[in-house]
Amino acid sequence: MARVIPNVMRMSTSDESLAQAAANGDQQAFIALLERHYDRLFAFAMRLTGLRADAEDLTQDICAALPSKLNSFRGEARFTTWLYRVAVNAAHDRRRRAATYARATQGWGDWEVNRQQANREEAETHDWLSQVMQSLPDDLRDTVALTLGEGLSQKDAATVLGLSEGTVAWRMSEVKKHLRAIHEREQA
Amino acid sequence: MSEEFDRLRAALQNTPKPDANTRDAHLRAALESFDQAQETPDEARQTNMHPQTGAGFLKGISTMFKALTSRAALGMTTGLVTAGLAVILIAPLGQDVMAPPTAIEARSTESEAPADAPILPQPNLEEAIVAIDDRTRAEASQSEAATTTQPSGGVSLQGRAEVGIAGGYATPQANHRSVAPTPKLAFDASDLQVTPHEMGDFAGIAPGRKTTQGTIPQDALNDLESPVEALIIPSDPVNVSEQPNTDTFANEEPNPLKVTAQDPVSTVSIDVDTASYAVVRASLMNGYLPPKDAVRVEEMVNYFPYSYAAPDTAPFSTSVNTFQTPWNAGTQLVHIGLQGQLPALADRPPLNLVFLIDTSGSMQHANKLPLLKQSLRLMLSELRPDDQVAIVTYAGSAGQVLEPTPAAERAKITATLDNLQAGGSTAGQAGLQQAYAVAEGMMDEGDVTRVLLATDGDFNVGLSDPEALETFIADKRDSGTYLSVLGFGRGNLDDATMQALAQNGNGQAAYIDTLSEARKVLVDQLSGALFPIANDVKIQVEFNPATIAEYRLIGYETRALRREGFNNDKVDAGEIGAGHTVTALYEVTPVGSDATLTDPLRYGQAAPDGPTDELGFLRLRYKQPGATKSQLIETPIQTEVSQPGTEARFAAAIAGFGQLLRDDTLLGDWSYADAIALANGAKADDPFGYRAEAITLMRLAESLSQN
Repeated sequence: MARVIPNVMRMSTSDESLAQAAANGDQQAFIALLERHYDRLFAFAMRLTGLRADAEDLTQDICAALPSKLNSFRGEARFTTWLYRVAVNAAHDRRRRAATYARATQGWGDWEVNRQQANREEAETHDWLSQVMQSLPDDLRDTVALTLGEGLSQKDAATVLGLSEGTVAWRMSEVKKHLRAIHEREQA
Repeated sequence: MSEEFDRLRAALQNTPKPDANTRDAHLRAALESFDQAQETPDEARQTNMHPQTGAGFLKGISTMFKALTSRAALGMTTGLVTAGLAVILIAPLGQDVMAPPTAIEARSTESEAPADAPILPQPNLEEAIVAIDDRTRAEASQSEAATTTQPSGGVSLQGRAEVGIAGGYATPQANHRSVAPTPKLAFDASDLQVTPHEMGDFAGIAPGRKTTQGTIPQDALNDLESPVEALIIPSDPVNVSEQPNTDTFANEEPNPLKVTAQDPVSTVSIDVDTASYAVVRASLMNGYLPPKDAVRVEEMVNYFPYSYAAPDTAPFSTSVNTFQTPWNAGTQLVHIGLQGQLPALADRPPLNLVFLIDTSGSMQHANKLPLLKQSLRLMLSELRPDDQVAIVTYAGSAGQVLEPTPAAERAKITATLDNLQAGGSTAGQAGLQQAYAVAEGMMDEGDVTRVLLATDGDFNVGLSDPEALETFIADKRDSGTYLSVLGFGRGNLDDATMQALAQNGNGQAAYIDTLSEARKVLVDQLSGALFPIANDVKIQVEFNPATIAEYRLIGYETRALRREGFNNDKVDAGEIGAGHTVTALYEVTPVGSDATLTDPLRYGQAAPDGPTDELGFLRLRYKQPGATKSQLIETPIQTEVSQPGTEARFAAAIAGFGQLLRDDTLLGDWSYADAIALANGAKADDPFGYRAEAITLMRLAESLSQN
């Protein structure tokens, strides 16, 4: 399908109005919106998952679900905030699905499978970043992807995640502890 | 941000570019899905991916019914109904909508249909009605044959009617449905008889009688605060959400046969969770046999109230009797029944209750958050004025939404409940810990304090490590705040976690699939669910090898304890609530019976001498709520075989049913038909119709298992 070039007027339209238009069925608006945000979405997905393949899957999930989700975009929040939230939810859903599979094979509360999975991925990437991100629990990882990765303030990150600022600050301090622990392990 | 973060930040900023081909593919896919979403706008809201041919009403129609109550008004809207009907029949994908069971002016619909169906082409409608006709005839005759009974605690809405309309017309309750995955519109167009299921005392409609007009008196509807919401009957649960079904269940291999001479002692934690029965029921009602892992026989047996002898001074009474096993002439069943005390309402301690509600996006389905709200509202009417209620949500808008409020201020509490919306991510650090913090704030000397967690399976409450979660809950329990878990909906159910949390929290895990179940758990059996009378209840049975050659515990596989755990007061076990009954069944093979499955050891010792008038010895330990030391009750089990009473027979029938569902190998030729016969003969009073419902489930299972 040929990509339709959005007309110049659309270039200067705000995200929010594009989103509203898309929700009302304007195909051009939808395309324009996606074009604007795809790269950023993919980058965020990379920060959340750490693996290209997973990030691509996650981005695809989000893109495919976007039309129906747009119906619930009420235009109160900024579009990017809303999009971040959609992305975090989608990542969460993917993780849960994967976790259920792992649990079904090994029983509840058994982290062995997760660890093995992590080991396999380590072998693939040897990347310091991947190792760190994988070692963080899910909620901390999401927070870090938003604050350090996307550069959101703690306040904005709190809005995206639906938490209080204090909670986000607490989480960041937990992340710091994790990082220190990893650092110490490396030195040892 | 500090230097620890710098490295991480730098690494995170540096993400690789997306691959151009993948990007194109994703954008194309998004565009396609956009186009699809535009073609049929209703689909965009749907989450049910199971193709169903014309199975439900549009939500608008039900809202309309909610508003209109008089016959005249209903008469006037039949045209719209018919129009709506035709739309549904044409729309290919079934919607997740509701069918008000019997509040429809069925007869007049038919007469007015031709004239008042303005929008839609007639042929379609007639065609559809003709098609429905044939199916209905078959249905109607089937349903006549089946026993028509229905639990009558409130409006008996059997949750999983795939047949949206059928819920409303000829045979309202899914009970009668022979279970086919394609929902049948049991809408008998030519002869619209509305057979209200025996809502027994409900609306005073006598069982089996067909009303001519089928409207339910308004006062009956008033029973429910928002009747239509309550009538939500979601369709096929297999694909209730966009995601694949991720139900998981906790279970173990069925208990093996044990040889008394080698392993004479059986130790079990006693518990009254009932979730498994509700899950089994939901599965059967929707036309498929439940996954074997979902069947926990003891929970099915314990679902039903039994009338055992009431206790006098102790918190509960114990009754043991032995009788012939229905499915095996050579063995016997040892039936152990515990009956909990039911203190008078006025004597019960004040209750502090925190509702911890999952309001994540996945809860938006009709059988989840709306049903939850309904259920909690029902429960409110059972609380006493000085009981305190608070509400905390753990997703999206996480946090406390209602500060501790006396139950007398019903309006305030229901208003807050009504305002709950599903949406947002799950992950509330605020969630569980906050709920407990609120609960501790309400705690007072002599009160019962409980957190009631209501969820569809998402336990991401901020503590990511499951062991930490368990420990946290156990600690809180020790300091006096208990936890019970209510599960809703399918597709996301985490049964294992539910069980584990409730076990650690000294509470009950129940699965709520319909409003009647909500009523059972939260109204009829509320005292049991909320007020414990005995904690950490364990039984230990030592069988006498001189009289019993082999034995087998039926069910309780997930509640086995080690032998030394019995005397160890630190080992957690189950709770008995006020008024609850608990039943345990052992199948025993007497020495010398031809049903003995194992041969005696060639090189082992001969069976030791023991008193030959005893089958075994029963020991029971329990703790008074708040106590740390347990009390012991001991009683020998005599060898005499008695005639089983109705309660014992019914318990045996359910135990047999559960084992049939698990494909147990030790039942011989015993079949569903035998279970049905046995249960039928042991129905006794059955004031709420639970037993009759069980028999219907057995019939369903019978037909399903023959496919």
